[in-house]
Amino acid sequence: MEGFSLFPPPSFWENWLHFWRFEDMNVLWVLMGSVLLGMSASVIGGFAFLRKRALIGDALAHAALPGVMMAFLLFQTRDPLIIFIGALCSSFLGFFLIDWLPKNTKIKADAALAITLSFFFAIGLMLLSFIQGMDVNNKSGLDKILFGQAAAMTEGDIKLLGYVTIFILITVVLFFQKFRLIAFNQAYARTLGIAVNRYELLLALLIVMSVVVGLQLVGVVLMAAILLTPIAAARYWSNQLAHILIIASLLGALSALISTQISYLAPAMPTGPWMVVSLSVLFILSLLFAPQKGLIKQHLNYKRLRQKVAEENILRTLYKLHERHQFSRHHFTQADIQSFRSMPSSCLQSTLKKLNRQGLVQSSSQGTTLTQAGLKKATQLTRRHRLWENYLNEQAQLSPEQVHQHAERIEHILTDAQEVQLQQELRNSQQDPHGNQIPGATLSKEGGGKN
Amino acid sequence: MINDIWILATASLVAAACALVGVFLILRRQALMGDAISHSVLLGIVLAYLITDSRALPIMLGGAVIIGLLTAWLSDTLNRVGKLQNDASIGIVFTLFFAIGVILVSLYAGQIDLDQECVLYGEIAFIPFDTLHIGGGKNLDDGFEIGPRAFWAIAVVFIIVLISIIVAFNRLQTVAFHPKLALSLGINIVFWHYFLMTLVSMTTVASFDAVGAILVVALLVIPASSAYLIAKSLKAMLWSAVAYSQASVAIGYTLAYQLDSSISASIAVSAGILLCLTVALLEIKKQRQRATATAQ
Repeated sequence: MEGFSLFPPPSFWENWLHFWRFEDMNVLWVLMGSVLLGMSASVIGGFAFLRKRALIGDALAHAALPGVMMAFLLFQTRDPLIIFIGALCSSFLGFFLIDWLPKNTKIKADAALAITLSFFFAIGLMLLSFIQGMDVNNKSGLDKILFGQAAAMTEGDIKLLGYVTIFILITVVLFFQKFRLIAFNQAYARTLGIAVNRYELLLALLIVMSVVVGLQLVGVVLMAAILLTPIAAARYWSNQLAHILIIASLLGALSALISTQISYLAPAMPTGPWMVVSLSVLFILSLLFAPQKGLIKQHLNYKRLRQKVAEENILRTLYKLHERHQFSRHHFTQADIQSFRSMPSSCLQSTLKKLNRQGLVQSSSQGTTLTQAGLKKATQLTRRHRLWENYLNEQAQLSPEQVHQHAERIEHILTDAQEVQLQQELRNSQQDPHGNQIPGATLSKEGGGKN
Repeated sequence: MINDIWILATASLVAAACALVGVFLILRRQALMGDAISHSVLLGIVLAYLITDSRALPIMLGGAVIIGLLTAWLSDTLNRVGKLQNDASIGIVFTLFFAIGVILVSLYAGQIDLDQECVLYGEIAFIPFDTLHIGGGKNLDDGFEIGPRAFWAIAVVFIIVLISIIVAFNRLQTVAFHPKLALSLGINIVFWHYFLMTLVSMTTVASFDAVGAILVVALLVIPASSAYLIAKSLKAMLWSAVAYSQASVAIGYTLAYQLDSSISASIAVSAGILLCLTVALLEIKKQRQRATATAQ
């Protein structure tokens, strides 16, 4: 457990307080830089995600490596701008290769991505090992861009990071409408006279820039996650692109905050992996707990719908039993119900209990009977079922044998307005295709019982 | 000298095993899955080592296969349940696994003889120094040295891959080329998918010592893609993928010797260069055909 002694509790808090008091100006700069990066990468990653190229960031980040090494080899300097331009060039080369290979050869898009990624990365590593064998100055920090190290960033790095990320954010805000249109409907954008190719190129440039500028902080290997995970998480929170992008950038910023802190508290830790882990935690939380599209909410919705369907099915079965006995008999046993609709006894009993509680049925020793309210509801459901059967039979030319299954599903979700509309379409027909009476409307008239 | 032979033998076995498995990855359009598994295998290795405190081959293979299959299953589940695009769900899973792996490596740096660099390059040059001894405490010769550990690991995996391909050739062929036909014939596609993922995990973990987590992607995807461009049948593709991989080992080793650069990176680069040459030749051929077609 040697690793955990890196930050024992008391000094951990001290360090933490120290961090937040910003006594060290450098910390503040690194923090701001990483937050800006988190925001811009998440926003630009959103567009890559929408263009169904979620992993493009992965390939581009790997593709930047030979550029970095080449720039260092040629100019023998670690000047951030030169390294940035070198990385930009080779990343762009990778971008075109990914585009070109599937269009001109048999190689598929996913293979092209993997080929570019690994080939460029191998070149980068080859150059790196070559440089490390050479006798040159300040080569020591070069391998830090593999996993990223916030603490190793110089002031120049951070300045460049700030300029580039702000440029990216402003560009996205300025061209948001056009980017959105192109992302969702390229053909339509073309017909509107938008120069799609030019904007695609601009978008590619922005993606490449945000990948390249983040290398120092996050590292080559995990850059993919910074572009991809925030947008994937944000998607569970909203359906509006603008909202999704804002949420994604907030998530990106939050994870940058967390990982920079960890990197500061335990300097041996690489920043990139922590950023990815905190992003993944945010993603899992979103996946589970998002208010509309989260898995838990969806599961609850599904359960509620199932419950509703089970209840309504029993109501309708009871109605049919009533109808079978010309509305003269009122009490039916569970066996009667099961003879019409096969369902497990346990499920039937629990559903009956729930119906009982809602006052829709009444159970006694003689059996189960519909209350007034229950009869009303059951009549309405039966009416919708039969109206729909009729509608399918008349308008969709389905045979009477085919219509029951459809109606069985739709009866639970038809609305009042749709019911009236159906009735008008069918000119108040009285019988369904099986020859059963369609019970009268319960919305206006009272009670559906005809006994 | 003997060390060079061990290095070359290990490299060519790694390249051959990767090429064979890679053929099926390319045909099944699962190249990204290969990328993902090769990354997450790191977590499997580190966890297996931390839990059992042993570097025995079966344990490493087991850990890697479990994590590899978990990666495949989780991305599949995320794709279905979370309604995410296929590549996005793969990306989320493997980056998380890889990140945890790297964090564990840097947390327990003193205890594992893995470091961040080795994760990326592998250390094929040091392979001959980590040798395997047979029958240390048993009845055989006391500690008889039989060669590098990494060599025997990849040899075992290579034989497993080879036997699987020979035995299940027809099945793999149907599943690779015509999954719908396979389904209608009653072949369990899901099983064969995970079978392939198992082979990928085993190959990557056995290659890990030699070439690291990321360069193995190059060996999986690039020779198989070159073969995909020229081959007309599955058998031809398998043979030519192996041929490409061996050529890249030969060229790469020479290159590394000349430039004094990393052997594994040079091998991957030469595989890429061979692919570029193949593409260029095919382009020239295409253009010449077009020229003759217009001339006629």
